[in-house]
Amino acid sequence: MGKKILLDKIHIPGIKTYQVYRDNGGYQAVEKALSMDPDVITEEVKTSGLRGRGGAGFPTGMKWSFIDKKSGKPRHLVCNADESEPGTFKDRYLMEHLPHLLIEGMIVSSFALGANSSYIYIRGEYMWVFKILECAIKEAYEAGWLGKNIKNSGYNLDLYVHCGAGAYICGEETALIESLEGKRGNPRMKPPFPAISGLWGNPTVVNNVESIASVPWIVLNSGEEYSKIGIGRSTGTKLISASGHCKNPGVYEIELGLSVEEFMNSDEYLGGMMNNRPLKAIVPGGSSVPILPHHLINKTAEGNDRLITYESLSDGGFATGSSLGSGGFIVYNDTACIVRNTWNFSRFYHHESCGQCSPCREGTGWLEKVLHRIETGYGREEDIELLWSVQAKIEGNTICPLGDAAAWPVAAAIRHFRDEFEYHIRFPEKVKNRDHFVDEPFEKVKYLLQKQNII
Amino acid sequence: METKTQYKQNINFTPELTARINELLTHYPEDKKKSALLPVLHEVQDAHDNWLSAELQERVAEILEIKPIEVFEVVTFYTMFNQKPIGKYMFEFCQTSCCMLRGSDNLIDYTCDKLGINLGQTTPDGMFSIAAVECLGACGYAPMMQLGDYYHEKLTPEKVDHIITECKAGNIKIHDK
Repeated sequence: MGKKILLDKIHIPGIKTYQVYRDNGGYQAVEKALSMDPDVITEEVKTSGLRGRGGAGFPTGMKWSFIDKKSGKPRHLVCNADESEPGTFKDRYLMEHLPHLLIEGMIVSSFALGANSSYIYIRGEYMWVFKILECAIKEAYEAGWLGKNIKNSGYNLDLYVHCGAGAYICGEETALIESLEGKRGNPRMKPPFPAISGLWGNPTVVNNVESIASVPWIVLNSGEEYSKIGIGRSTGTKLISASGHCKNPGVYEIELGLSVEEFMNSDEYLGGMMNNRPLKAIVPGGSSVPILPHHLINKTAEGNDRLITYESLSDGGFATGSSLGSGGFIVYNDTACIVRNTWNFSRFYHHESCGQCSPCREGTGWLEKVLHRIETGYGREEDIELLWSVQAKIEGNTICPLGDAAAWPVAAAIRHFRDEFEYHIRFPEKVKNRDHFVDEPFEKVKYLLQKQNII
Repeated sequence: METKTQYKQNINFTPELTARINELLTHYPEDKKKSALLPVLHEVQDAHDNWLSAELQERVAEILEIKPIEVFEVVTFYTMFNQKPIGKYMFEFCQTSCCMLRGSDNLIDYTCDKLGINLGQTTPDGMFSIAAVECLGACGYAPMMQLGDYYHEKLTPEKVDHIITECKAGNIKIHDK
């Protein structure tokens, strides 16, 4: 059993309510934090090695230390609960079952940053979670953990929950700030970074739900204790949300450093494959990260065990590695069609592109169209090169990383599954009107490609 | 705006709705009323048969002391705001990869056949609409759909049948109000 610091109390009946949460040690981190120097809390978070859990993996403590405390402007902490990365549903799980853990984290983190009004920006579709958070915040106010002069410390904090309305791009921190200001979710040019000029031009820190929920444990147990969990620069625990063709999809808290093989096969976690079909590929960190074919899942290209850490998952760069990303772990069995999946992802990015930058606005549309025609049996021999060229021209040429996120899955799919694209193009009649490789897994028809080569 | 001439909407700001809007406005600084736009639009839409006519958007602009265009550009950007009338029960199926792997395509086809409409259409009696949307964050509980404020997960054709029956009987809650 790995150590659990986020979900350890999730099975206590009624933990969603304030009283049960409090009776089980809740809000002790706030009591402790209020007697500490705010900068010491930031130092503890730095020592812990906690890295942003939304996907980018930037050290949380360092992000906090950039906040402008000298300008005298009001400061804000904004919690990014706009979880929309395909394959990711961990923040929702945490907020749904442990709303007070997030609120406790928000209070401690806001105190460390010197913020007096903070927001939780939650995606509009999670409306019932929004209501859960609203209720929990109300309870926290009534118990004196929010509002003026919290527990006679002289510290004031107002916490609000704000809902989005269906836009993936608002998970990007500057787009989220724009959206919170009541505008379209168009990402801003950086610099200035939000730490200098964020919400309403004030210094702002934007952190993921899971990052903020990890802070109470760090405050109570010290950053050094936290840094002992995990391996190397991947410290602490991580929520992994598993979906697709695995036996037990769901949200799991793991110690960073767990091997992918154990996570995939142990009954404590995914329990192997649904219906015991063969494993074809995984996407380990949400739709944006490169897909890994089966021979690169349990071992890296050098033959080391693949671990669930920031370093091990990205071992081999994008050529033979991937990324931990948001922890959205998608499993594919042998019947899954990689072309169809890539087209599906490209449609998603095309739909979600905000339209500000031409390479992304136009490029994601082209990717979608070309992939669609390949998938439906109308592909052309030169389409694979065309896809490669389009994705290469999006990557790095946009204001925000959505462009990169749209390009990477396409590049990885072509890199690792080129033969499947070729099969679609050369045997169009075989792929028309068909749902994945359900009747005939690709492995069984792959020989057709070789036969054709010989002729 | 084309919606102005095409569809008419009964606008009614009930005391409850106004009170809720005023409460939301307290969440933001006095001079930043525009920040309340998204939450206010959700409330207003929920109270007006789940869509926002141009007239209604203009009323929201008045309340928040902003220009109508500032409301319109937001309504057109975010997918959750409807600019046309939709069915009382809007089935929004997730169609992104993880749901697709678990059979969302077939389930969507099944539901369309069952209700006799295509994606994006509404039944003639105004009861049901079907849409295919992008990832709703329920990947581990696929396939799934959103119905109002709630998710219906791990769907099967039988479960869809049941939901349709319950909707017709008026037993399905779509908003927490």
